[in-house]
Amino acid sequence: MENNTIKQSAQKAVKGLWMALPMILGTVLLISLISAIVPKSFYLTVFSKNSFLDSLIGGLIGSISAGNPITSYIFGGEMLKQGVGLIAVTAFLVSWVTVGLIQLPAESAILGKKFAILRNVSAFIISVIVAIFTVLILGAIS
Amino acid sequence: MNLKTKLKQLPGSWYFLGTIVIVYLLLSVFNKGIYLDSLSFFNQIIYKIIPIFILVFILMTLSNYFITPKFVMKHLQEKGLKKWFFVIVGGILSSGPIYMWYPLLADLKNKGLSYGLIACFLYNRAIKIPLIPLAIVYFNWQYILVLLIVMIFASVIQGILLNKLMEVNK
Repeated sequence: MENNTIKQSAQKAVKGLWMALPMILGTVLLISLISAIVPKSFYLTVFSKNSFLDSLIGGLIGSISAGNPITSYIFGGEMLKQGVGLIAVTAFLVSWVTVGLIQLPAESAILGKKFAILRNVSAFIISVIVAIFTVLILGAIS
Repeated sequence: MNLKTKLKQLPGSWYFLGTIVIVYLLLSVFNKGIYLDSLSFFNQIIYKIIPIFILVFILMTLSNYFITPKFVMKHLQEKGLKKWFFVIVGGILSSGPIYMWYPLLADLKNKGLSYGLIACFLYNRAIKIPLIPLAIVYFNWQYILVLLIVMIFASVIQGILLNKLMEVNK
């Protein structure tokens, strides 16, 4: 594989952002629409205020979602503003980027089925643990 | 090329955006209140993220320029604890779609890279340095810093766990 020139690197970056653009714009439009339609109280009913359960729900939503991490930051940030707890949002952010259900067939085919399944299942469980630890550490230092 | 062929070549994400735009157009006719509220919310978010996109572009260009799969592959073959260090750094610095890395990792697997190190590399790919400024805008630097540190530790734990589990399952 050859090294890229700066021009090629910039073109690759533009291509990457361009590919992500429709998903980002669509997500921001969808979030804006949901914010206008769905009352804040709805989020508070989905998330129970039980940290462990909320992190499982957040992790599950993140696991089945796919796309550029930028989308997850925007979505996670808005969830936080709607009153969803930081543990649930953290589990959502972490599982979004570490669990790859969409890539599972490719990962299984190239790296092995057992490895792909174990890696994704453990990544989901770890996303919940990471969320709890992150919030606990933040609480301890602030 | 006719319109039908052109439409077939469009990625699914454009259909997603198109569908949402159609919903907005319908709302502008049938429910102006929700349409205007949504649009105002949309503007707020867009103004917030546009400047960050310029920084993301610069960081992505630099990462594409300096960090190539060849560079990462070379350092993944280090020995002992150094190997874990390079796997973490390699995962964080690697760019491009995740599936692009599967063949390279499979090749390294055949050359002796353990399943745990592969898992650790893939976990650290979740940490995207060019996107950190945007993450800080949405959360805060203290939260992002703690999250990144915890995630790096978690990647090593997942690596060790995967090594054990793959051994058990052999």
